[in-house]
This record gives sequence, C-alpha cells and structure tokens, in this order.
Amino acid sequence: MKNLPLLFCGILIALASSFTGLVLSSYIQLGSLTQTTETLDESGNSVEGDPLFPAKVSGLAQQGKQVYVELGCAYCHTQQVRRAGYGSDVEREWGKRATVSRDYITQERVLIGTQRIGPDLTTTGERLADKAWHHQHLYNPKSTSEGKSTMPQYAFLYETREIEGAPSTKALQFDSGSEYAPEAGYEVVPTLRAEALVEYLLSLKLNYSLPEAPISE
Amino acid sequence: MRAELSEIDASIRFSALYFVISATFWLMIGTVLALITAYQSHESSFLAGCEYMTFGRLYPASINAMVFGWGNNAVFAIGLWIMARLCRTPICNSALLIVAGLFWNLGLSVGLVGIFAGDLTSVALLELPGYATALLLFSYALIGAWGILAFSVRKGQGAYVAQWYILAALFWFPWIYAIAQFLVVWFPARGVVQSITSTWYAYNLQNLWLTPMALGAAFYVIPKVLGRPIHSYYLSVLGFTSLALLGSWTGMAHLTGGPVPIWMTTTGIVTAVMMVIPTVSVGLNLYLTVKGTSGHIWRSPALRFIMFGTFAFVVYSLIDSVIALPTLNEIVHFTRFSEGLDQTGVYGFFSMVMFGALYYMVPRLLKREWPSTALIYLHFWGSALGITVTVVALFVGGWFEGVQMNDATVPFLDIVQSTIPWLKARSIGAVLLALGHVAFAINFFWMLFATGSIRAKQGPTLLQSANQEGAA
Repeated sequence: MKNLPLLFCGILIALASSFTGLVLSSYIQLGSLTQTTETLDESGNSVEGDPLFPAKVSGLAQQGKQVYVELGCAYCHTQQVRRAGYGSDVEREWGKRATVSRDYITQERVLIGTQRIGPDLTTTGERLADKAWHHQHLYNPKSTSEGKSTMPQYAFLYETREIEGAPSTKALQFDSGSEYAPEAGYEVVPTLRAEALVEYLLSLKLNYSLPEAPISE
Repeated sequence: MRAELSEIDASIRFSALYFVISATFWLMIGTVLALITAYQSHESSFLAGCEYMTFGRLYPASINAMVFGWGNNAVFAIGLWIMARLCRTPICNSALLIVAGLFWNLGLSVGLVGIFAGDLTSVALLELPGYATALLLFSYALIGAWGILAFSVRKGQGAYVAQWYILAALFWFPWIYAIAQFLVVWFPARGVVQSITSTWYAYNLQNLWLTPMALGAAFYVIPKVLGRPIHSYYLSVLGFTSLALLGSWTGMAHLTGGPVPIWMTTTGIVTAVMMVIPTVSVGLNLYLTVKGTSGHIWRSPALRFIMFGTFAFVVYSLIDSVIALPTLNEIVHFTRFSEGLDQTGVYGFFSMVMFGALYYMVPRLLKREWPSTALIYLHFWGSALGITVTVVALFVGGWFEGVQMNDATVPFLDIVQSTIPWLKARSIGAVLLALGHVAFAINFFWMLFATGSIRAKQGPTLLQSANQEGAA
C-alpha cells in the first residue's frame, strides 16, 4: 500500500465508527434511563404515587451481590430472560416476560452472563423463595439435586462447629442419616457472606411490568 | 540485505527474547489452570473446599493468563520483531522495552493475585481488578509506541501487508482496552451499557487484536519460508479493509435475544454474516500462496503450525458468521458451543500461528537451531490433536445441550448430566494440549541454555514430509 495517510485514516475511522455507533449511541440511548411506574399516564409520564420499578434492593442483598461477583457465579449463570418463542426461557419459568434494558439500571455491576451451565437466575427469588433450600444448596448442591448438580460446593461459606448449649436457630437442617449432615454434636451455620448471598438470590425477581415490557397474563 | 537483517535482529534480540520467555512462563501457568478447570467442570468437588481454587476464580485466571500472559507477550515479541525487520530499522533503547515488559508482567501478576483473592469483576476478559489494569495500560503505551515509532522511521516507500495488520492492531488494542476500562471497570456505566461495552470489547479483542496480529505473522512468515510472494495484492487489500470495517461490529450478534436494543443485535448479525468477505479473501489468498508446496509445509515446523492456524481461522470465522443467524443462535447461545468457538479462534488460530512464528523467529534471534525434532513433533501433535478433541467435544456437546435446552420438557439437571461425557472428552483434549506445551517449553529452554553440541548444529531443524513420516 503506497497511500499511507489513507491507511492511517482507515485504521482510525474503522474503529471510531463502531465506537460511535455502538458504545456512544448506547450510552446516549440507555445511559439516562430512569425508574418508572408499571404503566404511564396519557401524557407518557409515570403515574404519581405508584411504586417505581425496577426497585432498589436492600443493603444486605447488595453485599450478597458482591459475594456473587467475587465467587464468579456469573461464569455459569445468566441473568436475562429472552422473549417467549425465542429459546425456552419463558416455558422454563425463568421469567414471565423478557428482560429489557431498564431492568438493570439500579445494578452497579451488570452481569447478564453468557453461559447457562446452571439455570438462569433472573427470577430465583420468585421460583425458590425458601431460604433454607438456598443454604442447603450452596452448602452442597448435590443434596438438593439428587446428586445430579455439577455446581461446586460452597461449604467454605458455612461454619461447622460443635454445638454448645442450645443448637443455633440458623443451623442447616439435615434429614436424619443424610450423607451431607455433619457429625453428631456438630452443626453447620451460615457465615455473614452466605446470609448476604442468599438474601441477594431471594431479591432476584421479575414480578413487575414496565411500560415497554408489560407482563401479559 | 542479510547483514542488515542480522543487525536489526541483534538490536531487538534481548527484548524479544524477554517477551518469549515471559510468554512461555505464562503459557505454563495458563495450561495448569486450564487443566484444573477442565477437570472441575465434570468433577465439581475437586478443590472446592478452598475458596481460592474454586472454578469461579480459576477459570477467569486461566483465561487471563493465556490471553494477556501468553498471547500478548507472544504478540509483543513477534509483532515488534516483524515490524522492525519490515521497517528495516534497528530498534533503539531496547533496554527500555524490557522495562516496559517488566511492568506488563508485574501488572498481570498483581491482577491474577487479585482474581484469586476475590477482586475480580466477573466481566469476561475484564476480570483483572482496576488497580492492575492501570499498570497494564501504562506498560502497553510504552510497548506499542515502539512498533509505531519503528514504522514512522522506516526505510523504503510503501508498507507490506504484515505491517498493515500489525500497525492497525497496535492502534486498536489500547483504544478498546481503555474504553472498556473506563466504562466497565473504573467508572461503570449505567445498566446494560456495561454489557454492550464489554461485549464490544471482548469480540474486538479477537477481531482487532489477536486476529490481525496472527494474520500479520502469517503474511510475513509464509512468504519468507517459501521464498515466494503473497499471491494477490488485491485480495490482501480486500481482506484487510473488510476486516477493519466489519470486525468491530460483529460482537453484538452474541447479544441476540438479550436486554439490548434490537437495532444493535441486528447490526451485529448483518456484519457477522458479511465477515465471510475477509475470511474468504484471506483464506483464499494464503491458500493460493502456498498452493503446490505441501511437502514444504509439512517439513517446516513454522509452516505446519501456521497453516493449521490459517485453517482454524477459516473454520472459526465461518462458524461465527453462520451462528449469528437467529435460528442457529437460538440453539447455541449460552451453551458450550460458544466456548468451543472461542477456543477455535484464540487457540486453534491465534496460538497456533504464534507457535509457528516462534519456530521461525527464535533461531534467528539466538543464531542456533531447535535442539530436538522429536519435541517439535510432540508439540505439534499435542496441540493439533488437543485442540481438535477439545473443540469437537465442545461443539457436539454444546449443540446437543442447546437442542435439549430449547425443549422445556427436558429437566435442567438431565441436560447437566448429559454434557458430562463431552466435558470428559474436553479434559482429554486439555491433557494433550498440556503435553504439547511442555514439549515446547523444554525445547525452548534447552535451546536458550544450549551447550556446545546444540550450538554447533548446522542447518535448520526440519521435520519429515508426510509420506516419510508415515513410513518411519
């Protein structure tokens, strides 16, 4: 190539175009989305007095999100629901509607994920609202899946300790003779990180409509 | 001419060797981590008791060690060396280049420790914590500047095809990396702007950094070894410009069905399909260049690896174009098929071409030959079979996974169970890759610290041609 100025300009313009077209334009189009009510009034504004969505999550759940990030959960779990008819997300009851951009605006770290080695987690808090189940599952996923799950055990989020006096009310309950139960005289109690993580998982819900994404009954 | 080249080689010898040594070390670390994660994917309790050794930490650590440790160090060695040779200018102040390289490895080491300690961001290819990446960008600014400076003081009029690719990639990498750091790691943008930016970055890392660097190396080494020019200038121009114009748009196809504007994924699909143009023009151009020299290719370690890589490039790009179509995307999205495709691009194509370029470059830097033919065979077959087994297992297993996933009557845990045999096959692939990498490392360090008999070895280390090898 003899025309070097053309080469230089080409190199720069090629990337500048996609940077402007994709990154900057999405920043402009989506960067200013705000919370809104489920429906809008005639003039297109949010209805005064109605709750705003997506709701903000509690402080403990936010700490749980941090645990979720630290442990790399997002390498095996997505948090996005595709529309009915594209994939089986809706049939598998991972969500009643597709997720849209606005669903993510209250999250500091957005992890929509690329792999479904485990199931999608967008609606975990609706599908599996039992706190005890989540603790059992995190402590040893095989115990809640008839041994079929390939998720790693997060037993290090739990403390196995000798029972002193009355057993802790937070201790995990095992069926008698369960192979996952600790030795007699010992109990398994969640650490603060485990409690935060479960709080976060329970906070994951898609049970509200948005003007652009209503839940159709 | 030969004397001039030898003077240029001498000027860059120490810094290039430093990068090759670093690349080899990172390759070893990445290989071990990749072996463990491959095993963990079907034996989930392996090392699960230790937080630092869980899959969620080791997996990002292995990817970062491979891409930024092995990949980038190899690129720095080979890219700068080819640039210096084609610009016909000796590199000045190469000691400073080593200092920049030290910072690169320091930043990456700090970052990997950060990942193990739980400071990862969990965003693909951007896991390294923000404090480490600042160091990486600073270091890159120095390293990349060397290539660009060499180009600006080159002798001669025009520029060779290899120079277009390398020069462009040297500009593109800091751009995409800095944007991703700003909008995702340092000052996270609101909502899915993060996802869009990180996807844009991740596929640009392949299309605008690893791919052009590997193609630059292929376009340099193939004509050098064969002693014949690149077949068609026009195909070269078409291949380069179409990659530059389309490559940075295609990533959005991987967000199809996601919570992003439809126009964005549509743009991704259209450009991903149009990527057939650079794929075919580059593939055809290189094929026509080597046509009729199969004996030669088979005998030269460099060409064996590079032609394998070129083939993998065509396979990778064509599959990437095809699965962008929504009917197929619906099946393979979120499955291990996409992991298989990434492996085809990053390992089958990029890494294999880098290995080939190293087999060509290192003897010229050290002025001695590769000590062992057997180890080169072991490396080639370990890598070639290893990546083939890995990718086929992930493609086939991932396809079935996707088909079952779209049938809501199949329970999720049954899908998990049915992928296990394929993941075991992938582990076999990982073992073969590890064997190949160890063979390469032994051969390289043997050559580096060679004693008399190796130093005295005359003539290039060649392999046997296909029919001789079959008879032997």
